[in-house]
Amino acid sequence: MSAPLRNTKVMNRTDLTCRLVGRLTHGEAVIGGIGNTNFDLWAAGQRPQNFYMLGSMGLACPIALGVALAQPPRRVFAIEGDGSLLMQLGCLTTIATLAPSNLAIIVMDNGIYQITGCQPTPARQADIVAIAAGCGIAASHWAVDEEDFERLVDVALATPGPMLIAARIDDRPGVGATKRDPAQIRERFMQGLGVRQPI
Amino acid sequence: MAADADAARSPGISPDLPHWHEIVQATLKRNEVNLVPYVPDRVLTPLIAGLHADPFFTTFATAREEEAVGILAGAWMGGRRGALLMQTSGFATLANVLASLVVPSQIPLIMFVSERGTLGEFNVGQSLVCRTMRPVLDALAMEHHTMTRLDELEFIVDRSIKQAVATQAPVALILSPLLTGGKVFA
Ligand SMILES: Cc1ncc(C[n+]2csc(CCOP(=O)(O)OP(=O)(O)O)c2C)c(N)n1
Repeated sequence: MSAPLRNTKVMNRTDLTCRLVGRLTHGEAVIGGIGNTNFDLWAAGQRPQNFYMLGSMGLACPIALGVALAQPPRRVFAIEGDGSLLMQLGCLTTIATLAPSNLAIIVMDNGIYQITGCQPTPARQADIVAIAAGCGIAASHWAVDEEDFERLVDVALATPGPMLIAARIDDRPGVGATKRDPAQIRERFMQGLGVRQPI
Repeated sequence: MAADADAARSPGISPDLPHWHEIVQATLKRNEVNLVPYVPDRVLTPLIAGLHADPFFTTFATAREEEAVGILAGAWMGGRRGALLMQTSGFATLANVLASLVVPSQIPLIMFVSERGTLGEFNVGQSLVCRTMRPVLDALAMEHHTMTRLDELEFIVDRSIKQAVATQAPVALILSPLLTGGKVFA
């Protein structure tokens, strides 16, 4: 284990997601990744500015980047699992290069593919924050504990990004159950972003 | 007659006709398609260069084609239009994201595919990858057009973009070697 991990507390995804959502007061967009990350986002309260990604493992960050590029005045958060991020690590280089000032990534790192049976990922020797920094996202940080996580979210809300916040989490599953209706999720999100009006 | 057909197809043969990439670029612009991620291909080089040279476009390389699809899906939901440029082998990596995000979410994804693997291909791998493309598009009932003629190009691109947006459905626009000259064995 590398140095930054040593002092990080093992936290809980549901709790951290609630803490994040509780700090969003300006219609910030949130993209929840496949499985547990969007289940917990759903459970934290169904804001119209939330997008719940049902398939396409690994694309929470690219989708968030697209929203950020389309709406520069709006802050955009991606919540992604560590296994999912591993599948699309290259997107960190794209984000670093385009450097959207309104984008923040939150990585929920349990070291496993929790939802498919808790198998360990191949990244047990890796440090996600070091990877992100190495890709060029200079503002990449481990959250030491819940208080530190909230502080880092406040930094993401107040200062130009891009930023990546990683949190070590336990092996508990997500608590919500996202309604599996992709067209309705997409439409509601577009309404939440002011792109569409309800008919 | 044969000479007319050649002039309609081949880039730069007739001084009166613009190049294929100039037509594509102008048609994207006219339809307010301004976010253009790509994974490059030799044939796409002049189009990519033209997009980079025009500040109307935000154009950039991604590490994978799938990543670019995610970016374009997010951008569409945020109110911005875009298109993805790639080669046939790039399309071959997309079945999962098309079936699990683009089609069920009704995202009007606009894709340009430089067709490798046919009409003089010298790499057997490319020719096999190419054979997977249309079956995947057909399996998902996705609209696709193979563009072979310069004189039809603007019509197909313009109408396809408008249809994609109006019907909230993706489209693949395949750039045939008949249109672009393709890549030839050196
Ligand atoms: C391309 C692809 N491969 C495999 C799967 C199966 N799958 C769904 S979720 C998942 C694990 C996600 O892991 P992570 O992002 O770390 O989240 P966690 O389950 O730990 O919360 C896997 C392997 C998939 N949906 N898509």
